[in-house]
Amino acid sequence: MILLSQYTLIFASVLVLVALGGCFSEHSGVINIGLEGIMVMGALGGALMMKFLPDSTPAIAMILLVVLAAILLGMVYSLLLAVAAINFKADQTLVGTAMNLLGTAAATVFVKAMNTAESVDNVSSTIQYINAKKAFLVNIGGFEFNWFMLMALIALVAAYVVLYKTRFGLRLMACGEHPQAADSVGINVYKMRYAGVLISGMLGGLGGIVYITAGVSEWKFENGVAGFGFLALAVMIFGQWKPTRIALAALLFGFFRALGNVYTGFDFLKALELPSSVYNMLPYIISLVVLAFTSKKSRAPKAEGIPYDKGQR
Amino acid sequence: MKEQKRSLLRNNAVQSLLASLLCILIGLLVGYIVLLLINPAGAGEAIVTIVKNFMTYSRRNAQLKYLGSTLVKTAPLLMCSLSVLFAYKVGLFNIGAAGQYVVGAGASLYCALAWGMPWYVCLLAAIVAGAALGAVSGLLKAYCNVNEVISCIMLNWISLYMVNTLLSLVKESASPYTLTLASTNPGAILPALPAFCMAWFSNNQYVTIAIPLSVLIAVAIWVLLEKTKLGYELKATGCNKFAAKYCGMRENKNLILTMAIAGALAGMGAAMLFLTGFEQWQCTQSSIPGMGFNGIAAAFLGGLNPLGTVLSSYFIQHITNGGAYVDKTMYSAQISDFISALIIYLCGFVLFFKFALNNWLDRRDEKRAKAAQAGASQEGGKAE
Repeated sequence: MILLSQYTLIFASVLVLVALGGCFSEHSGVINIGLEGIMVMGALGGALMMKFLPDSTPAIAMILLVVLAAILLGMVYSLLLAVAAINFKADQTLVGTAMNLLGTAAATVFVKAMNTAESVDNVSSTIQYINAKKAFLVNIGGFEFNWFMLMALIALVAAYVVLYKTRFGLRLMACGEHPQAADSVGINVYKMRYAGVLISGMLGGLGGIVYITAGVSEWKFENGVAGFGFLALAVMIFGQWKPTRIALAALLFGFFRALGNVYTGFDFLKALELPSSVYNMLPYIISLVVLAFTSKKSRAPKAEGIPYDKGQR
Repeated sequence: MKEQKRSLLRNNAVQSLLASLLCILIGLLVGYIVLLLINPAGAGEAIVTIVKNFMTYSRRNAQLKYLGSTLVKTAPLLMCSLSVLFAYKVGLFNIGAAGQYVVGAGASLYCALAWGMPWYVCLLAAIVAGAALGAVSGLLKAYCNVNEVISCIMLNWISLYMVNTLLSLVKESASPYTLTLASTNPGAILPALPAFCMAWFSNNQYVTIAIPLSVLIAVAIWVLLEKTKLGYELKATGCNKFAAKYCGMRENKNLILTMAIAGALAGMGAAMLFLTGFEQWQCTQSSIPGMGFNGIAAAFLGGLNPLGTVLSSYFIQHITNGGAYVDKTMYSAQISDFISALIIYLCGFVLFFKFALNNWLDRRDEKRAKAAQAGASQEGGKAE
């Protein structure tokens, strides 16, 4: 039971972070399908930092540096989307898809090159971080508390405050609802959209490193992040683009994802003798069903996906 | 006044071609730079290897044989890119081609291996399975307003796990791969091309009717989209769902039909590969086959024209296969994936490229017109 709640919380943290990222980007008017790729990049940044920092690094420095690396790489990578979608008015779905493919391919090429440079026989795309990962964990009576859970909580509160209580957040949302109107009162739509995409890069990158440290201590980059970026998008839609609802949705999805990891620990689930692939499928099936029931009255930002053109009415 | 001759650069097809070539060039260039960064020593050789693909073999026989192998994998890629293209023309982004491809593979292989069906039944099963999966996305989009990109991605993963489970029933006991067609059910292998064609490909046994069939289907899709009422209706629905409804088209039916056709294409593509026996399905794979995603690259690189996609599919498959030949002690085969992903990204800029090109042409024409006018008035002045 403890294990289940632990996994639920950590997967929910990933989903909250990434979904909030998507939420910022979409509120500014840019659809961010590329979250998956951004997660891979963030994960790569964090994993490299963990690999190359000496094990003797104090825990706090380790946490800060790893998070910083993930955030930085995620943000830089999200610039690809920002430039194409905002300055060049490219099709956002296409660019996002390209970023997903590019993220996985680039990470694989990079990690493989690094591994083969270390030893010629090693052609895997795996990075190990067994020791470094311990810095993030605090054991409280059998429950492995992960500092990332706290970060997700902070991000959640911060996102709520920023979006609804600050001038910046309200302006950002205006750009996603009616950019022409926002422009007419002196808001720089391009700047706001850049901010939205960069924030999504930051949160997406952080989510990536959380995901690959959840439950495992090595990551094979050929697999990307297994559709988790898209699950986060489903969470965001289910959460109706509102931070508080996103948190609840993330808990629900996190629970089903966690079941896949720990179902063998429950006698009655084991007794059902379902193949493990059923549990692997579960989060995706649930999200599909949930989306089917909630998308009808979706409250998506009105101008999302439409490149801003100053001359348009 | 004389009709002004339109510049060749104004032609939409020429612009698309130029844009695609530019994407390819930049993609290869960046790929080269990445190779240089990894290891400067072999970079030039590696990029040449990727571009040369089967030409790395010196014997002509071997070259033709491996050209055949590239073509074998081009056929499914072409089908996937047609699937993406068809949906895109109707305003839907079919990222689910990957999943539809997976269920196509599952259905055709299961029919072939478990039930011992002949090849045409297996092919049909793949088409039906793909169409059904596509229709699910279409239904969700039409009646529940679920974004097709999200639903497709979810279905991709669901179908991967389902097919893995299903095909585990017909796998070899010692390996994670499915049984071979040749040993279990040779009747399920697609018929080979006529003998003289086979000789040309050095009797590469995997070269089947799938290759010409896929090209024929590309032509059929072009005809369907450009020359029929159905195609017109589908495109109209894609442009503006509400206007189409106003004109008396059944927009929901059109959406679902589009996704079903797109799914059928991708599913059929899978059958075209797996029924040749070229590859076996690995029942433990944990990532979705890249064929469907490469289809997106090919569709956009081909300028969203069914006939252009024939060329672009070949190109994408050519460099993907070429990636397998790079020196593995220095580089990884994924460098080709990297290049094709880069090319998709660059395709996002095509619209802007055309816009800028037209702008430039406009300005040039304006300048010329002005110069001509000035010249004319000067001459007029002299004559007086």
